[in-house]
Amino acid sequence: MAMLEIKNLHVEVDGQKILKGINLTINPGEVHAIMGPNGAGKSTLSYAICGKEGYEITEGSVTFNGKDFLELEPHERAAEGVFLGFQYPVEIPGVSNMNFLKAAINSIRKYRGEDELPAVEFLKLIRAKAAELEVDPEMLKRSVNVGFSGGEKKRNEMIQMAMLDPIFSVLDETDSGLDIDALRIVADGINRMRGQDKAILVITHYQRLLDYVVPDFVHVLAGGKIVKSGDKSLALKLEKDGYAGIGIDENAA
Amino acid sequence: MASTLETRKKVEEVAGEYKYGFVTDIEMVKAPKGLNEDVIRFISAKKKEPQWLLDWRLKAYRHWLTMEEPDWAMLNYKKPDFQDIYYYAAPKSSDDRPKSLDEVDPELLRTYEKLGISLQEQEVLAGVAVDVVFDSVSVATTFRKTLEEKGVIFCSISEAAQEYPDMMKKYLGSVVPAGDNFYAALNSAVFTDGTFVYVPKGVRCPMELSTYFRINEANTGQFERTLIIADDESYVSYLEGCTAPMRDENQLHAAVVELIALEKSEIKYSTVQNWYPGDKDGKGGIYNFVTKRAACRGKKSKVSWTQVETGSAITWKYPSCILQGDGSVGEFYSVAITNNHQQADTGTKMIHIGKNTSSTIISKGISAGKAQNTYRGLVKVLPNAENTRNFTQCDSLLIGDECGAHTVPYIEVKNPTAQIEHEATTSKISEEQLFYCLQRGLDVEESVSLIVNGFCKEVMMQLPMEFAVEAQKLLGISLEGSVG
Repeated sequence: MAMLEIKNLHVEVDGQKILKGINLTINPGEVHAIMGPNGAGKSTLSYAICGKEGYEITEGSVTFNGKDFLELEPHERAAEGVFLGFQYPVEIPGVSNMNFLKAAINSIRKYRGEDELPAVEFLKLIRAKAAELEVDPEMLKRSVNVGFSGGEKKRNEMIQMAMLDPIFSVLDETDSGLDIDALRIVADGINRMRGQDKAILVITHYQRLLDYVVPDFVHVLAGGKIVKSGDKSLALKLEKDGYAGIGIDENAA
Repeated sequence: MASTLETRKKVEEVAGEYKYGFVTDIEMVKAPKGLNEDVIRFISAKKKEPQWLLDWRLKAYRHWLTMEEPDWAMLNYKKPDFQDIYYYAAPKSSDDRPKSLDEVDPELLRTYEKLGISLQEQEVLAGVAVDVVFDSVSVATTFRKTLEEKGVIFCSISEAAQEYPDMMKKYLGSVVPAGDNFYAALNSAVFTDGTFVYVPKGVRCPMELSTYFRINEANTGQFERTLIIADDESYVSYLEGCTAPMRDENQLHAAVVELIALEKSEIKYSTVQNWYPGDKDGKGGIYNFVTKRAACRGKKSKVSWTQVETGSAITWKYPSCILQGDGSVGEFYSVAITNNHQQADTGTKMIHIGKNTSSTIISKGISAGKAQNTYRGLVKVLPNAENTRNFTQCDSLLIGDECGAHTVPYIEVKNPTAQIEHEATTSKISEEQLFYCLQRGLDVEESVSLIVNGFCKEVMMQLPMEFAVEAQKLLGISLEGSVG
């Protein structure tokens, strides 16, 4: 069974048609990349999957592990195992990363009918994950994303992803604004989420991340539709020839 | 925008679901309805008070008759009919004061258990001595012995009037004079109970002192009086927390709290106020007109007020510090949450009289629904107050677009060496913040609670540990359904 099945998805934002019939099937174990010019609707797709308010589904369906995903509240979709790495992670003053993650983990466990994670185990887990991702433990005590550099914010997304251990990770331009060292760490974080039972959707503008996170499938999104799909060579061709090279007028997006 | 709307809807749902709304039916002994000199004599006689205190009450009453209810606050409400209130109500069983918890009316104990403040538990746990006020009479006092060993006096104010008349005469009304303001004068005339604390020289009070207030009988105004004296080089932390049962009619509460800090002493006074705020249409709820004031009389003395105000339909409250002693320090940390039709006009007054005095004001106001939340503060530096400092920060958080936040700072400086800083911000819970939390698996209520607790963190961390957890939950409860 497919993990994620998107059929003929149409999405409007403030009355504007952004997605105009997306079809996408993602199976367990697969890594998909979505590329496309600015304004093609890449972020809209990730928000629509996660249920952000204001992203109105006018047509089509999204099924996740057999469940009608559009029926679920945003926090329920998260608890079902979907994680969105934000392009612009949000600041929450006064709430430490530790407390934020503890609250998130326990909410998800509650949704799944599990007991709260004991504090000691939580601490062990977060220390281990921080070490793996080369995150300074001091950062965990700071307020969520407040005063973080661009790189720190993305690293923070990675540690959240590692802690929440999603089945399906959507990464929305997680690579933007990163220097090469940070990019490597972020890519490493994403690769840790690969697995037989897991799937990843990487949304990116550039091929460079795909050197580190090698996708099984590459899709090109333009004008609210997937206009081309292929394997990783498609990303390389795009890098070399641009969108025009595969017959897409970037300005028409 | 859409999530703001949803937030508002959620707030509306939460309203009218006051979690502590239940009424205990213990027979009350009441004074007749209304207020006159006979009622005051009745109260004084019930309390077996000395003559001087009755005279003091009567003087306050006669002064009150000449006064008018203030209307300068940003509050809209129907003025109470002071002749339609019972001024004395006590649980019947209190005529024979219980010697231990075993003798306490089980009905009463069950009420406290519902509130999660089982006395038995508290006696064993946490090292908190509790002087419980059920309506107007102290029902049980614990940990008395440990305190006595240190020479700390912690008793009801009625008891103090009999046992410690010298201190009562010296300090009662010395910070908030009987005729200070309309409500303080009323309280001086009719106060029925409250707490008296004295910490002797050089003593650090070995435990947090705590009183739970509770208004129970319909139409019973509650007039508490608290007097705390910290002698030279002493320290005391006092916790005041309250919940009240659900009632349709407005209940008046006009408390007076006086703190006296002598040389190098420190008083930390923390309040969590969760009285019935009224339903979502603004019906019912407590009217809370409180006068709280501290005198830092001694050199290098310190008073710190921390308040978490989530309840009451109307809040009128300005815990203040008179910084008289050279080098004395005043602090005010406040979280005020208003939802639905709640209105709060709260803040502080820092009066700098002594040299090298300093004050800090951190105020966090949160408005949701159709609520109005006003910070009103005064920082006053007198001519002889050399080298004073004040830092004020007022932050407002709005949820929805029908509520209001107002900041009214008054600054009067008569000495050129003073350094005064004032910062103010107003913000909203953003859609992006909310979605970020939701996407991490938190539901709307948890998300709002988390964001609001973060917003209030600087104040919340001032609360003693015993209180902090309860207070954090309370922020969530008050705004429950308040966003989402």
